Amino acid sequence: MKLAVLYSRVRAEEKLLFDALDARGVAYDKIDDREVIFDLLNPNPWREYGVVLERCINHSRALNALKILNDWGVPTVNTAYVADICGSKLLTSTALVRDGVPTTRIKVAFTPESALQAIEELGYPVILKPAVGSWGRLLSKVNDREAAEAILEHKETLGSYHHSIFYIQEYIRKPGRDIRAFVIGDETVGAIYRDSPHWITNTARGGKASGCPVTPELNKICVAAAKSVGGGIVGVDLLEDPERGLLINEVNYTIEFRNSITTTGVDIPQRILDYVLAVARGEIKVI
Amino acid sequence: MSAHCPECEAEITLAKPMRGEIVVCPDCGVELEVTSESPLAFDLAPEEEEDWGE
Repeated sequence: MKLAVLYSRVRAEEKLLFDALDARGVAYDKIDDREVIFDLLNPNPWREYGVVLERCINHSRALNALKILNDWGVPTVNTAYVADICGSKLLTSTALVRDGVPTTRIKVAFTPESALQAIEELGYPVILKPAVGSWGRLLSKVNDREAAEAILEHKETLGSYHHSIFYIQEYIRKPGRDIRAFVIGDETVGAIYRDSPHWITNTARGGKASGCPVTPELNKICVAAAKSVGGGIVGVDLLEDPERGLLINEVNYTIEFRNSITTTGVDIPQRILDYVLAVARGEIKVI
Repeated sequence: MSAHCPECEAEITLAKPMRGEIVVCPDCGVELEVTSESPLAFDLAPEEEEDWGE
């Protein structure tokens, strides 16, 4: 049975996945999301695929493509449900809280006035994040009331409507690093520390990766977070709170792993393919 | 295989180009996308959008 890889750009990750597919002799089509056309009344060409591996760079394209495919009955990794939850920090937070997975305190407000009140209730500093966004873009560490007033006004005036869904996170005094863990199915296969003198530790923003042991505690909370957002293959970001221990920060659904293969010693693309091929064979049900 | 950067005209050589691959021009630093493997051709890579990410 054939696979499809839906992608936007051939980054290091996609090359590694294509190489792994070639090495296993798996038949697959590469589908560029800029060229794709979905004829909603003609799902048959897509039903020939045992699974579609989604590697889009645009969240909106990924989400809509996955929704079409899943409604046609085409299995995908990850599913539209997972993309929808992970694509929104707010939906991720509500899922984690619903399932009792330890996470940071979050307040949500819809106007600058109520957001300012929420910020003052949490206490400075706080982090303001766009509910939809990635790679550390447009994050604000708000240290005082004057900064809060300015940022809230800017977000309301200059941003599109979804920037007025104010997602306010308590600031965790983490030890100069966070943790990125890779969950595939029911297992945390590897993890890295991301060290940075800056409070934003994303490797996309210059955070340096080093090995992080997968303890039973780390595995348990990461698998719980993955299940909470719908399972599959996800990258779980955690913060180490001095008092409360591990807290889930975010969960990502189209993982980047180029900096983590050597660091973890885990052949992440091969592990991804193990899972994807199990879905194609029907051994793992995703929809 | 080689082709010229559409921004600065530097000659860029790739051993195993792949359509859709992103490379950085070693001369001017612009991000380029491989739009054709044979003959090798580049275009400026799309700029980052608000919903890009993981």
